[in-house]
Amino acid sequence: MIFGLPVISVAIWLPILFGILVMATGDDRNAPLARMIALVGGVLGFLVTLPLYTGFDTSTSAMQFVEYHSWITRFNIHYHLGVDGISMLFILLNSFFTPLVVLAAWKVIEKRVAQYLAAFLIMSGIVNGVFAALDSILFYVFWEAMLIPMFVIIGVWGGPRRVYAAMKFFLYTLLGSLLMLVSLIYLYNLSGGSFAIEDFHRVAIPMSAQILIFVAFFFAFAVKVPMFPVHTWLPDAHVEAPTGGSVVLAAIMLKVGAYGFLRFSLPITPDASHKLAGVMIALSLIAVVYIGLVALMQSDMKKLVAYSSISHMGFVTLGFFLFNQFGMEGALLQMISHGFVAGALFLCIGVLYDRVHSREISAYGGVANKMPVFAAFFMLFAMANSGLPGTSAFVGEFMVIMAAVKVNFWYAFAAASTLIFGAAYTLWMYKRVIFGKVVNHHVAELTDINAREILILSVLAAMVLGMGLYPLPFADVLHESVSNLLEHVAHSKILLVQ
Amino acid sequence: MEQQLIELLMPASVEIFLLVMACFILIADLLLTKSGKIFTFYLVLFTLLGAAALSGFTHVNDHPICYNGMFVDDAMSDTLKLLSSVAVMMMLVYSRDYLMARGLFTGEFMVLVLFALLGMDVMISAHHFLSLYLGLELLSLSMYALVALQRDSAVATEAAMKYFVLGALASGLLLYGMSMLYGATGSLDLTTISHAIQNGVPNKSLLVFGLVFVVSGLAFKLGVVPFHMWVPDVYHGAPTAMTMFIGSAPKLAAFAFTARILVDGLQPLVKDWSGMLIILAVSSMALGNLAAIAQTNLKRMFAYSTISHMGFLLLGFIAGGIEGYGSSMFYVVVYVMMSLGAFGMIMLLSRAGFEADNLSDFKGLNQRSPWLAFMMLLLMFSMAGVPPTVGFYAKFSVLNAIVQAGYTPLAVISVMFSLIGAFYYLRIVKLMYFDTPETHEVIQVSPDTALVISLNGLGVLFLGLFPGGLMMVCAIAVKQSLLLH
Repeated sequence: MIFGLPVISVAIWLPILFGILVMATGDDRNAPLARMIALVGGVLGFLVTLPLYTGFDTSTSAMQFVEYHSWITRFNIHYHLGVDGISMLFILLNSFFTPLVVLAAWKVIEKRVAQYLAAFLIMSGIVNGVFAALDSILFYVFWEAMLIPMFVIIGVWGGPRRVYAAMKFFLYTLLGSLLMLVSLIYLYNLSGGSFAIEDFHRVAIPMSAQILIFVAFFFAFAVKVPMFPVHTWLPDAHVEAPTGGSVVLAAIMLKVGAYGFLRFSLPITPDASHKLAGVMIALSLIAVVYIGLVALMQSDMKKLVAYSSISHMGFVTLGFFLFNQFGMEGALLQMISHGFVAGALFLCIGVLYDRVHSREISAYGGVANKMPVFAAFFMLFAMANSGLPGTSAFVGEFMVIMAAVKVNFWYAFAAASTLIFGAAYTLWMYKRVIFGKVVNHHVAELTDINAREILILSVLAAMVLGMGLYPLPFADVLHESVSNLLEHVAHSKILLVQ
Repeated sequence: MEQQLIELLMPASVEIFLLVMACFILIADLLLTKSGKIFTFYLVLFTLLGAAALSGFTHVNDHPICYNGMFVDDAMSDTLKLLSSVAVMMMLVYSRDYLMARGLFTGEFMVLVLFALLGMDVMISAHHFLSLYLGLELLSLSMYALVALQRDSAVATEAAMKYFVLGALASGLLLYGMSMLYGATGSLDLTTISHAIQNGVPNKSLLVFGLVFVVSGLAFKLGVVPFHMWVPDVYHGAPTAMTMFIGSAPKLAAFAFTARILVDGLQPLVKDWSGMLIILAVSSMALGNLAAIAQTNLKRMFAYSTISHMGFLLLGFIAGGIEGYGSSMFYVVVYVMMSLGAFGMIMLLSRAGFEADNLSDFKGLNQRSPWLAFMMLLLMFSMAGVPPTVGFYAKFSVLNAIVQAGYTPLAVISVMFSLIGAFYYLRIVKLMYFDTPETHEVIQVSPDTALVISLNGLGVLFLGLFPGGLMMVCAIAVKQSLLLH
C-alpha cells in the first residue's frame, strides 16, 4: 500500500496520469514544463514500484500484492492484478527505464515534445499492466493498448522509413494478438466461464487443442520476442524509431513476448510445449547462430544491435524450452540483463546520432580521441553485450549454456557460439567506430558527453556491473516461482481429461 | 373510456408523437421566414428528445405483442428506439453547419428525417410482415428523397437513382419471400408462422424458397455481399450528412428487422438460414475489408468497411442464443456510435464548396488540431477493434458467442479479416499523425459540434474501459424480447 492505495494499481495508473498531464501542456511553447512534469512522473513512477521489491516474499510462489475487483460481470472478467517472482522484476525494469528515456529525450526531441513524453509515460503504465494482469482479458487489453503509443512513437518521431516500420510493427503484432484472443475465448468456454489466467493453468485440454492453442500463442509471443522467422519487423522498427523508442523496444517490449511464454504457453499447454520443444529449440538456436552471423554483416549500428537483440533473445527462448531450473532462471536473468545492456547500447548510439546524425559505422572512426569518457562507457556496454564475465550478461548466458549441456551437448555447443559471434560483431563495430584516426570533420567536431548523458549511462553501468558481480538479489526473487512453474509444466494435462 | 384509449395507444406512443410532430413541423415550417428556420431545427431536436424520453420512460407492457399481433412493445424495441432517436439527434447536430453551407438545411430535410425515424421505429416494433414492410418502405422512401435532396449534384442524383432501383428490387424480393411464407403457413404474423413451422407444414420446399427470398431481401437492406453493390455508390454519391444518416440509425432498425424475422418468425428454420448467413458473413468480411484497402475516397472506404462490419454482425446471428443475438445488438450499437463519429469528422473538416472526403484531406490533422486528431484516432482504433476502445468489446462479444456455439474456425477466419481491416484504419491514423498537412486552414467548429464529437470520441474510450453496462442492457433486451427456443 502506498498512502492507502494498492501498489500495483499505482504503478500502472500513476505514469498514465502523468502522461495525460504532460499532454495537457499543449504545444511546444510549453516544452520545458512538459519535460519537468514527465521527469517527475517517471521518477515517481519508479519509486512507487520499489515496495514491490522490498515487500516481496521470496519464500512463496503464490501471487503477491493481489488486487481483485469485478470489472465486466457479464463475462466474469475481473480487474485482477498481482505479481510473482517472474513478473515483479520486469515491472521494476520497465519503470526504471522510463525516467532514463525522458532524460535521453531532454534536448534531442524538439517537435511535439509533450506528445512524445506523454506517449512514453502512458506506455510505461500500460506495460506494467501487462506484467501484472492475472485476468487474461485484462492482459489482452494492456497488451494491445501498448501498441498504440509505440505505433505513434515510431511513426511520428522515427527515421525516413518510419511509416513503413510503424505499420509493419503494428500489423505483425496484431496478427499474433488476434489469434491469441480466439484462444483465450476458447479457453474461457473450456474452463466453464472464467478468464483468470490461474484457472487456465488448471483446466484440462485435449492434445489436439493444446497444439492449436500453443501455435496461436506462439504467433502472439514469438512475434514480440521476436523469434526467427517472425523477427523481420524488429530491425526495421529499431532503425526507424527514435532513440527512446529503440530503448523501450529492446529493454521492455521484447521481454513482454518472452514473459507471455512463461505465463501462458508453458503452463496452459504443457503437453504441447513438450511435444514442440524440439522445434522451439531449433528456432532459438537458428536465432542465436544465424542472426549472430547476420549481425556481423551490418553496416548500420542500430541494425547491428537489433540483430544482436534477436540473437540474445534466442538464448532466452532456448532456456525456457530446456525445462530445467537452471535454464529457466538463466533465461530470466538474461532477459533482465539484456534490458540493461541493449538499452544502454541504444542510448550510446543515440549519443553519437544526436551529434553526427548518422548511424552508419563507416561515418565514424577515432571517436575515442574526441570523446574519451563516452568511449569508456561504450566499451563497458560492448563488453557486456559480448558476454564478458563480470558483466550482467555473463550470468544468464552461462546458466543457459550449463542447462543446455545437461540436455544435449550440441545444443550447448551451438548456443555457446554466441560468445564468439557476439564478441566478434560487437567489438568489431566498437573498433571501427571508436578507435583509429579521426576520419572526417564531423568526428573532429564531436564534444564529449555532458552531465545529463553521464548520469544516464553511469546508472546503467552500475546496474550492468552490479548484476554481473552479485546476481543473487535478482536470482533469489525468481527461484520459487520458477520451480513452481517447472513442476506445473512437468505434469500432463491430458490425463485429467480421461 | 378516455383512460382506456390512452392505455390502448400507449405502446405506440413514440410513433404517434413522431407522426404528430412531423406533420406539425411540416406546416409550421411553411409559415417561418428564412431567418426563422433555426426554430424548426430546435423544434426537431425537441421532438427527438421527446421521442427518446417516451421510449425510455414508458413502462414495458405486460403483453408486449399488441394490436392483433401487428406490433410489439418490449425491452428491445424501447432500447433501440431510444438509441435511434439519440443517433438522429447527434446526426443533426453534426450536419447542421455542413448542410447550411450547402443550402440544404431546409424544412423538408428535417421532416424527411423525422419520417425516416418514424419508419425505423415502426420496423423496430413490428411483429407482422405487413407492419415490417410498412416501416421499411417509410424509411426507404424518405431515404431516397434525402439522398436526392441535392438536386443540382449529378453524383447525388445518380446515387439516389441507384439506391431507389436496387432498393425497390430488394423490397420486391422481400415481398415475394413473404408471400411464399404466407402460402406455406397461412399467416403473416410472426408468432403464428413460427408455430405453424414448428407443427410441420406440408410443403417444406415452398417454405425454404420463401426463406431464401426473405434472406436475400434482408441481405440487400443490410448491404452484405453479394447484395452490396448499392452501398459504395450511395455512400459516395450522397451528401455526407445523408451518408452519415444512412450509415447510422437505420442499422439499428435493420438489426431489429433481421432479429424479428429470423429469430421470432423463422427460428424453426435456423439450420437452413444459418448456413446462408455463414456465406453472407464470410464473403462480406472478405470483400469489404479487401476492397476498402484500394479506396482513396473516405466515404467509399467507409462504405466497404460497413459491409465488413455488417458481415461481422451476422456472425452473432449464426451463433444464436442470448449470447449471439445480444452480442450482435451490442455490436450494432457500437458500430452506429463509431460511424457517427467518423462521418462527423469528415463533415467537420469540410467547408463550403469543399468536401473533406479524400484520404489526403486528413493529412497532418494532428498539427492542425491535436484534439480532433486524437478523437479520430480513438474512433479508428475502435473500428479496428483495438482495446482499450469499445470496438474491441464489440468484436470480443461476437467472437465469444461464435466460439461458444462451436464455430471456432469461423472465429479464426473473422479475426484474420479484421487484421486486414486494421490496415486501412491505421492508414488514417498514419495520415493524421505522420504526414504533414497540405493546408493550414483553420478548422472552424461550432461549440455544440465540438462537444458532440468530444463526447463521441471519449465515449468510445469510456465504454472501452467500462463496457459492462451497455453489454448488460443489450443482453437483457434480447433475453426479454426475442423468442428463444
